[in-house]
Amino acid sequence: MPMDDSVRKAVLAAVPSLRAFAISLCGNVDRADDLVQETLLRAIANIDSFQPGTNMSAWLFTILRNHFRSEYRKRRREVEDGEGRYADSLKSQPEQHGQVEFREFREALALLPSDQREALVLVGASGFSYEEAAKICGCAVGTIKSRVNRARKRLAELMSIDGADDFGPDEQTRAVLAGRD
Amino acid sequence: MTDRKPLGQQKPMESAAQRPKKPNAKPAKLGREVQARLGQQLRAMYDEVLNQGVPDRFAELINRLDGEGNKDKH
Repeated sequence: MPMDDSVRKAVLAAVPSLRAFAISLCGNVDRADDLVQETLLRAIANIDSFQPGTNMSAWLFTILRNHFRSEYRKRRREVEDGEGRYADSLKSQPEQHGQVEFREFREALALLPSDQREALVLVGASGFSYEEAAKICGCAVGTIKSRVNRARKRLAELMSIDGADDFGPDEQTRAVLAGRD
Repeated sequence: MTDRKPLGQQKPMESAAQRPKKPNAKPAKLGREVQARLGQQLRAMYDEVLNQGVPDRFAELINRLDGEGNKDKH
């Protein structure tokens, strides 16, 4: 599908943010880049359904998010302990995730349920409004707000744990999954 | 203007079906400082990826796909 120059530029300009979102969704750079690639293939194949004048970034995020969700559902068996696997994938490639000082934060983020994590990232980092985030996630604005609030509260709980040295994804994941006090 | 909004004391809207159980029932310190710190770290983590720009792989992909649909152009 030939694209307008402006459309092509808009798609290209959205790539860094799509990658950042994808990495936050799946916690693994390689898988995130595959997700971005599949998103771009789908988007460009369906570029006719993009309405000029609307937000290209939101359109691409929606495609990426839906694709991730359907893939995730397919692999649900495999990723039954989704949060734990996410945390493991962070641990297995720490250097790809950059600076050490964010490690604790990344690990805490990894422990959030994925719907809370995506809501928090869309609103708190990608710069979407609650309304846009709700559209991307296909839910009500109030749902996004409550997910973001729960995500913030949970993160704050996880981050303010005493003895940060003991704070590792394995122990924490087990504690969360087991509901241990 | 409220100086310190104790967000951590809001009733948690945990859905029982979604979360197994809270491991830490004590009220979190969710003051503005904590909020600001969380927001800052989230954005810093995100920006780290943004700063990597567009990897060649994606620029090439877009150009290639665009070219396929536009064969009479170089």
